Amino acid sequence: MFDTLTDRLGDIFGRLRSKGRLSESQIDEVLDEVRMALLEADVNLQVAKDFQESVFSRCVETEIHKALNPAQQVIKSVNEELVSILGGEALTISFAEKPPTIVLLAGLQGVGKTTNAVKLARWFKSQGRNPLLVGADLQRPAAVEQLRTLAKSIDVPVFSQDSDPVTVVSQGIETARKTGRDVVICDTAGRLTIDEEMMQEIRQISDAIEPHYTFLVVDAMAGQDAVNIAESFHNQLALDAMIITKLDGDARGGAALSAKSVVGKPIAFASIGENIEDFEQFHPDRLASRILGMGDVLTLIEKAEDAFDEEEAKRATQKLISGEFTLEDFLDQMQQLKKMGPLENIMGMMPDLPPGADPSDVDESRLVRMEAIITSMTVAERHSPVIIDGSRRSRIAKGSGTSVQEVSSLLKQFKEIKRMMKGSAKPRKKSKRKGANKRKKSKPSSRVKQKSQLETPDTGTIGEFDLSDFGTFSN
Amino acid sequence: MSRISKEISKTRNKFSLFSKLQKDRKLGPDFWTEAEEMLIQADVGVKTSISLIAELKEQAREQKLTSPQDLTTCLKQNLKQILSSSERELNTRGNPAIWIFVGVNGVGKTTSIGKLAFWQYSLGIQVVMAAGDTFRAAASEQLEEWAQKCNSILIRGGEGADPSSVIFDAIEHAHSVSIPLVLADTAGRLHTKTNLMDELSKIERVASKGSGTVAEILLTLDATTGQNGLEQAKKFAAAVDVTGIILTKLDGSSRGGIIFAIQEEIGIPVKYIGIGEQSQDLIQFDPDDFVEALFDFPLED
Repeated sequence: MFDTLTDRLGDIFGRLRSKGRLSESQIDEVLDEVRMALLEADVNLQVAKDFQESVFSRCVETEIHKALNPAQQVIKSVNEELVSILGGEALTISFAEKPPTIVLLAGLQGVGKTTNAVKLARWFKSQGRNPLLVGADLQRPAAVEQLRTLAKSIDVPVFSQDSDPVTVVSQGIETARKTGRDVVICDTAGRLTIDEEMMQEIRQISDAIEPHYTFLVVDAMAGQDAVNIAESFHNQLALDAMIITKLDGDARGGAALSAKSVVGKPIAFASIGENIEDFEQFHPDRLASRILGMGDVLTLIEKAEDAFDEEEAKRATQKLISGEFTLEDFLDQMQQLKKMGPLENIMGMMPDLPPGADPSDVDESRLVRMEAIITSMTVAERHSPVIIDGSRRSRIAKGSGTSVQEVSSLLKQFKEIKRMMKGSAKPRKKSKRKGANKRKKSKPSSRVKQKSQLETPDTGTIGEFDLSDFGTFSN
Repeated sequence: MSRISKEISKTRNKFSLFSKLQKDRKLGPDFWTEAEEMLIQADVGVKTSISLIAELKEQAREQKLTSPQDLTTCLKQNLKQILSSSERELNTRGNPAIWIFVGVNGVGKTTSIGKLAFWQYSLGIQVVMAAGDTFRAAASEQLEEWAQKCNSILIRGGEGADPSSVIFDAIEHAHSVSIPLVLADTAGRLHTKTNLMDELSKIERVASKGSGTVAEILLTLDATTGQNGLEQAKKFAAAVDVTGIILTKLDGSSRGGIIFAIQEEIGIPVKYIGIGEQSQDLIQFDPDDFVEALFDFPLED
């Protein structure tokens, strides 16, 4: 797990004590760290500098929210700014009145044009269209064959011929018209932007067919030069959108931000794997977190959202407060937590671990044992643990492969927790202050805490409890 | 001017950053910032760039260097020092010697194999190529075209065949007909995919059990790659015994600066560089030339 921006900012804010607004020099210090993170994420130097300036004013104006620590506040602003740059207006594909709609793909060598041409074809098919692929990469050995093999798997025809790229695309369009294909996707050879001859060629191709959409295909792992490359292609071709590829790796993807900044056109699609189905519409918020080095937080949120049923959580909370929470309910909650993956991984994904907390210290086996113990109980026992006498404890211990001592320990601790939690909700305020009980929809970065926060619909947070509150099985 | 500098700067006619800096006779505070930025823009990486400049400042103090020119020379020296390595030659020991090409998707493994085979062919040596990329559509066909160009023997399997067996078969065949060199292609794979990295480890294991010697495992790295290149190198080196790097696409505008961090942190030397798509566009890496070319690259206006 690499050194995240939040870790480093945490260090800065350990030193600074902020009340209310951050001073400009404090913001600068934080933004310097942000700029470093962006550079490490391969965001182009100039783009990173420009970004720092534009987000500075956003930070200065924002008052420090009491609920967020200053580091989180700045990250929130930075994240918002990143999302707005990466996002903005989405690409809406409007199909030509007189078919076919012509799509041209361009980019450097090896970025994934051929594979993504086929992915695009599949996407158009899913939109009810009838695409034709044109193999105009006559440069690379077996490029057209690659296109043919892939296209066959999705039942899309390919046109190519042994002539020259300009002729191929022109003929390809003609063929599409004759055969009633309403979308044409042209794959082209990879080319260097400093290769004048090849840049002229792509210009000629574009002039010959006048594409409705020209996509630049960009590799997510590209470095500082991505901005120059994007600019060159844009100058030559007037790009409509970009496709970012190989996002299934761990490249931070700063090149996408650079390209977007300089081209100003939407990133339409993200390619997230080698298979043809691994293609989706681009999510700016996900890339923003990734560039900042907070990608894991988003994954965690998603997993949590998948695993935790909000309704169930609310019900469980209500029960806790009223004292009705049973071992059965507790087992449910533990099993929900299990769905999120190994605890060590989950903790590793959290940016806000308390100082000294080490994910590798988490003893997952403890939870496994607790789960085993409860599972060995009868339903009646789970609902009324008071009936669990000595002989039942023996039986449970045997069934779960633990000891009578551990069973007793669990029961004792559970009783304690129940006692603590009962009635622990904050008393409702009588006064009707405006917005008193309104909860703002929280943004991802502030939703994740290392302890789980339980909320009830009306009374707000009831406080925090975490798994370590259940104590240890000491012998 | 060496071939690399010629090749790389042939379409360049703009002023380089360092020529601009060197025009200043006095040392201003901008010099350090701009020098650091130049390194960052060459994909050297933030941490490495900062430490290089810190080192340079120290040397400036100790050696009382005051002119931008002297400092530039000093910086070039430091960079060349990082890249100095004795193992620049490709190891041809074995009967046959086996060179396995690994790397992420799209970096130029197959093309590099073609170029190396061509080089051997020009020396009158026939090689065996192993179509170890059994995943990607038409990967074997791509290698086949290269094999035809260089009169190489191509050993391939069916679609979805086990890459380890294809490579093993190629080795045994080469051994049986006394061909001294096997060039084994593998499928591009992202280093984050554990199962694919495990597959690579298996490929190395199986190949080692054959009749030859795995003399080189060459990580093919795209010069366009940013900081992720370091991560790639680490993960591939953890999975297999990477002996060298082939840095491709250096004919583009990217500088490939990530190799400094790779050399420093993992100790893997760049052995060859790709400077075009044609058969002869592969030359032995020369750190001096590389560093000089780094400083020659143009500053975009």
